Amino acid sequence: MAEITMKNIVKKYGDGFPAVNDVSLDVADGEFMILVGPSGCGKSTLLRMIVGLEDITSGDMVIGGTRVNDKAPRDRNLSMVFQNYALYPHLSVFENIAFPLRLRGGLPEEEIRKRVQEAAETLELTEHLDRKPANLSGGQRQRVAMGRAIVRQADAFLFDEPLSNLDAKLRGQMRMEILRLQRRLGITTVYVTHDQTEAMTLGDRVAVLRRGILQQVASPRELYEQPVNLFVAGFIGSPPMNMVPASVEGDELKMPFTSVPMRDEWPAAIGDRTVLIAGIRPGSFEEASMVDSDKVDQGVTFDVSVDVTEWLGNEQYAFVPYDAPEDITATLAELQTELDSEQTRTQMIVAVDPMSRVKDSATLWLDSSRIHLFDPESGENLTRVESSDS
Amino acid sequence: MKTSRWWTVAGLVIVAYSLFPLVWMLSLSMKPPSDIVSGEPQFLPTTWTFDNFTEVFSQSLFTRALINSIGIALIATLFAVVVAMFAAYAIARLDFRGKRLLLSLALGIAMFPQAALVGPLFNMWRGLGIYDTWLGLIIPYLTFALPLSIWTMSAFFRQIPWEMEQAAQVDGATAWQAFRKVIVPLAAPGVFTTAILTFFFCWNDFLFAISLTSTDAARTVPAALAFFQGASQFESPVPYIMAAAVVVTIPVVILVLAFQRRIVAGLTSGAVKG
Repeated sequence: MAEITMKNIVKKYGDGFPAVNDVSLDVADGEFMILVGPSGCGKSTLLRMIVGLEDITSGDMVIGGTRVNDKAPRDRNLSMVFQNYALYPHLSVFENIAFPLRLRGGLPEEEIRKRVQEAAETLELTEHLDRKPANLSGGQRQRVAMGRAIVRQADAFLFDEPLSNLDAKLRGQMRMEILRLQRRLGITTVYVTHDQTEAMTLGDRVAVLRRGILQQVASPRELYEQPVNLFVAGFIGSPPMNMVPASVEGDELKMPFTSVPMRDEWPAAIGDRTVLIAGIRPGSFEEASMVDSDKVDQGVTFDVSVDVTEWLGNEQYAFVPYDAPEDITATLAELQTELDSEQTRTQMIVAVDPMSRVKDSATLWLDSSRIHLFDPESGENLTRVESSDS
Repeated sequence: MKTSRWWTVAGLVIVAYSLFPLVWMLSLSMKPPSDIVSGEPQFLPTTWTFDNFTEVFSQSLFTRALINSIGIALIATLFAVVVAMFAAYAIARLDFRGKRLLLSLALGIAMFPQAALVGPLFNMWRGLGIYDTWLGLIIPYLTFALPLSIWTMSAFFRQIPWEMEQAAQVDGATAWQAFRKVIVPLAAPGVFTTAILTFFFCWNDFLFAISLTSTDAARTVPAALAFFQGASQFESPVPYIMAAAVVVTIPVVILVLAFQRRIVAGLTSGAVKG
């Protein structure tokens, strides 16, 4: 049981490149904290600095009130689940789980046996205890790795992309297992992932990193609804937020497919900027025919042509192509590369009712209160409302 | 189909060609000494006999040499493997200045022509008083076996994922515990292969054995073979020499057959990864 406090943590490699740059983050006792970001953002490096496998260039790492910068991993009393599990192939499942207990020394054999049995029961591994890791399935190996982590009373759990080697179905199950386990044991947990579903479902709070710099730390809901900048907005959410070029013309905000009357709070937020990027979640659109008549006035209604639709059973997405001015397209393309996605054409993704038979064209309704406006230069969210729920 | 049959034929020819000396050796070792000087040479013995073997084992020249061979080869192998294990681990895991230089130097030593060293060693060893001792042979064997062992083993160590060791450290192991409880068991096949290769090198050596020994005190079997004499001046020593040769070849053949897979793995991993 311990809280983890990071103060101005910097990690520079030999070539002077800061993999982690001035990150300050508090993980409360018992909290489930997610570190998320595209590959190369420094999230794994940060985790490895917490556990002591990477040296800290500067800053303070404080665990449970003690500064641990100079402590060896074994003196930090943390347990970690590695991406490839790092099970010991020459030891049986039982010995793998017992390994940390045996290293400690002084524990009677009986006590070790009891604790391993408990851990195995929690993870439903009891009948596999005599097998070698090589004979286990991916999910079982994953559980052994977790068994090794929970068997000793560690101050915190650290997970480094633990589910990325599993297939999609198993990943969903193990995600719930991890969540249940963490809730039951109530141990401080730091979890690294690049999968935003894991980030959104598991975390009490989520820290988004980009190129070693902490972008935003907030609850999943706040990240989704009030992203601090274009990067966070584009990273969180699936399908991703639509980034649409927008310009201020008189008392209207002009977008390629429609114009929205300026809202009262916008002029103050925008200042004298005339070119903006509007961020609209696919779910902020609705088919005009489905909207309650008393709600229609809160938004705008417009016609678009539909390129293709994707029907997924419980949801349906329509792809709406549009033309965008060159300069903004370049900014957006750059953002896309950074988010590890490759969007080749300018198009919007719109969530429509799964029952709808939309084809070729549609009449959409957009709730203008759910439009985010971003500065195209800095990427800052100009219309962000500080929420109080975190 | 046709090509594959030709490959089989070619293979058989090569096997026959390379096995012929071995078979000849075996056949000679079973011949009564009179066969050799009978004037009617033939490939197979007239009568099959094991007398040559009993004779060889009754001579202290051979039994003493066998003890020397086993002792020297085992000690040299043990030292080479232990030292090479630590060196290879350091090379595979740690980054230190001059690592490349060290590795190239080690390789350079392995390439050094042994014959060029024999003269100076002879003089030095006499000066140091370790001429004709076990130590006098173990030292040059170590020198030539170590580079190869280090290269082979560092290739094995590199195959062990880093995470294994890091997991052990997080689990509470010291660097030494992680090495002993995780790395060594995982590297065991590599260590074993290296040990076998080193053992062969020491076991088969003739040059150092003949040059740096003068008596039974340290003379190994390959060198001792040259000193065999027949039961009398008129008898050929060849059957005895061949019997002794068969005795020293057997362990090598058994080891190779038993561990051929591992030996090949060791040779290739050393060759490709380096």
